[in-house]
Amino acid sequence: MSDATLDMPVGGTAQRAGNEPLVAADGTPLKQKLAQTTRRMKLRALMLTMPLVLFVLIAFVAPIGDMLFRSLYNPTGSNVVPAFAEAIQQWDGQDLPSEETVKIFVEDLAKARRSREIGRTVGNLATRLNYELPGYRSLVTKTARRAARITEGPYKEALFAIDKRWEERIVWTTLQRITKDYTLAFYLAATDRKYDADGSIVQADELYRIYVPILWKTIWVSALITALCFIIAYPVSYLLSTLPLRISNLLMILVLLPFWTSLLVRTSAWIAMLQTEGVVNNIFVYLGIITDESRIQMIYNLQGTIIAMVHILLPFMILPLYSVMKTIPPSYMRAARSMGASGTYAFMRVYFPQTVPGIAAGTLLVFILAIGYYITPALVGGNDGLLISNLIADHIKKTLNWSLGAALGTILLVVVLVFYWLYNKLVGVDNLKFG
Amino acid sequence: MNKSASQSQARDDAFVRFENVQKSYDGEVLVVKDLNVDIAEGEFLTMLGPSGSGKTTSLMMLAGFEPATHGEIYLAGESINNVPPNKRGIGMVFQNYALFPHMTVAENLAFPLKVRRMGRADIEERVQRALDMVELPQMGGRRPAQLSGGQQQRVAVARALVFEPKLVLMDEPLGALDKQLREQMQYEIKHIHENLGVTVVYVTHDQTEALTMSDRVAVFEDGVIQQLSAPDELYERPQNSFVAQFIGENNKFDGTVSAISNDSCTVELNGGGTVQAARVGDLVGQGDRTTLSLRPERVEIAPKNGALPNVLTGEIIELIYLGDHIRTRMRVAGNEEFIVKVPNSADHVPLAEGAKVNVGWKTEDCRALDPL
Ligand SMILES: Nc1ncnc2c1ncn2[C@@H]1O[C@H](COP(=O)(O)OP(=O)(O)OP(=O)(O)O)[C@@H](O)[C@H]1O
Ligand SMILES: [Mg+2]
Repeated sequence: MSDATLDMPVGGTAQRAGNEPLVAADGTPLKQKLAQTTRRMKLRALMLTMPLVLFVLIAFVAPIGDMLFRSLYNPTGSNVVPAFAEAIQQWDGQDLPSEETVKIFVEDLAKARRSREIGRTVGNLATRLNYELPGYRSLVTKTARRAARITEGPYKEALFAIDKRWEERIVWTTLQRITKDYTLAFYLAATDRKYDADGSIVQADELYRIYVPILWKTIWVSALITALCFIIAYPVSYLLSTLPLRISNLLMILVLLPFWTSLLVRTSAWIAMLQTEGVVNNIFVYLGIITDESRIQMIYNLQGTIIAMVHILLPFMILPLYSVMKTIPPSYMRAARSMGASGTYAFMRVYFPQTVPGIAAGTLLVFILAIGYYITPALVGGNDGLLISNLIADHIKKTLNWSLGAALGTILLVVVLVFYWLYNKLVGVDNLKFG
Repeated sequence: MNKSASQSQARDDAFVRFENVQKSYDGEVLVVKDLNVDIAEGEFLTMLGPSGSGKTTSLMMLAGFEPATHGEIYLAGESINNVPPNKRGIGMVFQNYALFPHMTVAENLAFPLKVRRMGRADIEERVQRALDMVELPQMGGRRPAQLSGGQQQRVAVARALVFEPKLVLMDEPLGALDKQLREQMQYEIKHIHENLGVTVVYVTHDQTEALTMSDRVAVFEDGVIQQLSAPDELYERPQNSFVAQFIGENNKFDGTVSAISNDSCTVELNGGGTVQAARVGDLVGQGDRTTLSLRPERVEIAPKNGALPNVLTGEIIELIYLGDHIRTRMRVAGNEEFIVKVPNSADHVPLAEGAKVNVGWKTEDCRALDPL
């Protein structure tokens, strides 16, 4: 712009000279005015999303935050033996704690035994200790029963008399650790690790290493299910996208039909199909493929989990694939063919690359759903078909070790986020097309 | 252009030949009925016709994407009914261009060359030449989505030509462009055709496009070629009423043939009056109903007495000033849509709405065609 135009009154009201900012008709700077007007619009838009935002905050963000918190925060120790919890922190971890500290411990135990308050009973402490030192539950309960009778020192000797294990240093270092409110112990447990007597992190005993193997198994089973879904869904989606609308709509209903049936019903149907006295085995026997004695175990194991989950998750693969394929006009393939490409070549170079956004969306969707799937493995998984989410549910519902459940849940969340991040690196999330 | 050469092409050395080709998609309706066309090498042949008349279907049969239900298609003397599309060596331009969105322009152009396993250097050189040809030398690195419609169109043309096919098919390649760009592209495609000497089969439903670009035009209607001739022939000597109506503007009168002679006939108009009209083959005989066809620019307003054999009186209903000519709508022999284009010359007769004037024309300009 030349100076001449700069000096020209714009519309007679707003003027601009030199470097002064543009002003609106009422004299406020234009930028500010614009911000004012757009702020009102933004506020309105925000109001519209308020119900959703609230819902997400209450039903999603808060529970996840709570889960993260629980996995790190466990006040059982300090609840049951509060005075001891403070005293033991002075101990340097050498030899055994002082006579004074042990006295406080005995008194706290005696007090706790009389307590009937949920979360503050001796049993709670015993369980908590047992998480870290399997088999040491009885040590606490037994001692607590007799604690009231110990009225004078030496307290250490009194404890040794009750149980020899009080002479082990690891009992006291563990007590020192679990009476702190914040702990990494549950993450260690969730990754098959533990503290040794000196407080350094070591692998758990062979027998107790279950979570990492199950996590790996969950990941590869989910990957396998995703791959199977892809192999089945790709040709079906292609067919759906090329057939005349009338027929493809009909087939689409068949694809969507599972969505209209309860998940429980579908999973039960697989039980009816696959059990040893089930439809599939009966047919095999009838056809003479197998004998009546050698019926195949197809359910209540990993195989059953995979079959049922592939079936249940299939629509999540078909729908994004279909919606992407639907937008690819047949003229691309025709153009490639007219230029001399064979059918396979044209497919690999022209059609397939264009379906990548659908593949990416479908595989991500199925994988993430599969990795956290609970109900189907629980119903048809038997023992070896259990996945990580079943263990989480166990800890939440049966063993009531919520902290460990939360730690496992958090690890699962992190795994999913890592996969999502990897995906974003490889495919680019903007390239995903869900529908 | 050597129209006479292409018209007199002997059947035997036709480059492309449709022989009694029929096509039905559903087994109930014939979408293409008994198609017989010979196309000479180097010819620019356009298939023109209303929507659904079977143009694309005919093109797809030639390209090999749809099998002919009946009949034979020959390319360079060989039947290609059983040759798959990738073995036919036919270039194709689609209406939506069908440029591969996940490849750059250069990769798009290289595609047919890569399929043919050409050397890298060779491919690069040809791609660059093709880009130069369509005047987009710098655009090789872009994605199709980053090009304007007209540029995409050019790339599509370049891609269909880059592997030097003998035959190129274009299905409404300019359909998505605005008028100005269309006209420019028409010129450019025509230019490329002349330079390369490639045979082009072109589909459009824009008659101006067909007339300006083609050596010959095949007018399709309902799966049948109504007329196949050079543009001037098509416009000036339509063989039937459909063609006369479809191509250009046309005044029509319904009437009955009262007498016939060698190359003309006398027609009693339904709206009153008698005129002499040219006969078209044996299309109409004595006593038959007929529809007369007369181009607006062949009508003379207020002709001198006795100068023209056919003179009727009409009433001016509407005048539209168009600069170079005045479009005059009149009521003549009961026809209220009778259009005359009066050139805006210095001495043209003064016109006024409501005025009565004589209109006249030569016998050979008025053709007696089949009744509509
Ligand atoms: N794949 C198909 N299946 C069934 N019918 C079809 C198919 N393609 C075309 N048709 C029908 O065949 C007839 C001719 O279609 P075609 O596409 O050849 O017309 P067209 O002349 O190219 O028309 P337009 O100018 O609209 O492109 C139409 O009635 C159409 O409905
Ligand atoms: Mg068409």
